[in-house]
Amino acid sequence: MNAAVIVFPGSNCDRDIQVALAASLGSAPEMVWHGEASMPDVDLIVVPGGFSYGDYLRSGAMAAHSPVMREVVRRANDGVPVLGICNGFQILTEAGLLPGVLMRNAGLRFVCRDVDLRVGENKSVFTRHYDARQVIRIPIAHNEGNYSTDPETLARLEGEGRVAFRYCDPSGAVTDDANPNGSLANIAGILNENGNVLGMMPHPERLAEAALGGTDGRAMFDGLAS
Amino acid sequence: MKARIHITLKNGVLDPQGKAIEHALGGLGFAGIDGVRQGKFIEIDLAETDPGKAREAADAMCQRLLANVVIEDYRIDIDE
Repeated sequence: MNAAVIVFPGSNCDRDIQVALAASLGSAPEMVWHGEASMPDVDLIVVPGGFSYGDYLRSGAMAAHSPVMREVVRRANDGVPVLGICNGFQILTEAGLLPGVLMRNAGLRFVCRDVDLRVGENKSVFTRHYDARQVIRIPIAHNEGNYSTDPETLARLEGEGRVAFRYCDPSGAVTDDANPNGSLANIAGILNENGNVLGMMPHPERLAEAALGGTDGRAMFDGLAS
Repeated sequence: MKARIHITLKNGVLDPQGKAIEHALGGLGFAGIDGVRQGKFIEIDLAETDPGKAREAADAMCQRLLANVVIEDYRIDIDE
């Protein structure tokens, strides 16, 4: 299985995801510079975390119009799995691949810590190695992770089982206290209509091997590889 | 010709920065503040000389890049 990681000026999780993918896929992903208009044929595209373009204008707004993103959108519409993590999630919403928007954290603080997440349904290629409604522990590190969308879109996300992850307490209860950033319905990650595009604020690549302090992120990459 | 563009969060969208500014102004003793909204101001120099066309161009720029119309409103002023 071949993967590509898109690298923007200001990406800073591109190497982490490269290492995590190499461990699960058995081969290192191609690193693709944002200025490229083309991309190798791959089975998975990852838009990594970081601060692309210094978060100028809005997080992800400039990166969403990078030359390579036209190709990412085209491949996503052809069914290629696309994973956006943190800034990658913001970029995918700005590019129109996922609905809604990531606003400034309600508490106005950058939040950097491990959080508990409840997996939604486990039918997508990203979540198939988790149990449905399993509770996992994954780090977040963001200033704009406050997910928002209109009531109709939220109803569709809920009704179609497209909320992939929610912030929860260690027992799996989705509570206000467990919500680190004010996200609507504690949403931490969502899928597109076809289930082949996932955007999530938490960083699975940061807890993908025991040496990092946890392995809950690894199942996502193993699931993609299988 | 200049396009001056104000971008603000839509009414009803929580603006935590505006709230923090409102709170700080209250702390400084400024009374009678009913609300604060923070936004962005963008000024664009355009070669266009027709005000209607300049507005049309600025509007397209707002739609494509400058504003996220899911949560933001924008207002365009054209200076001749």
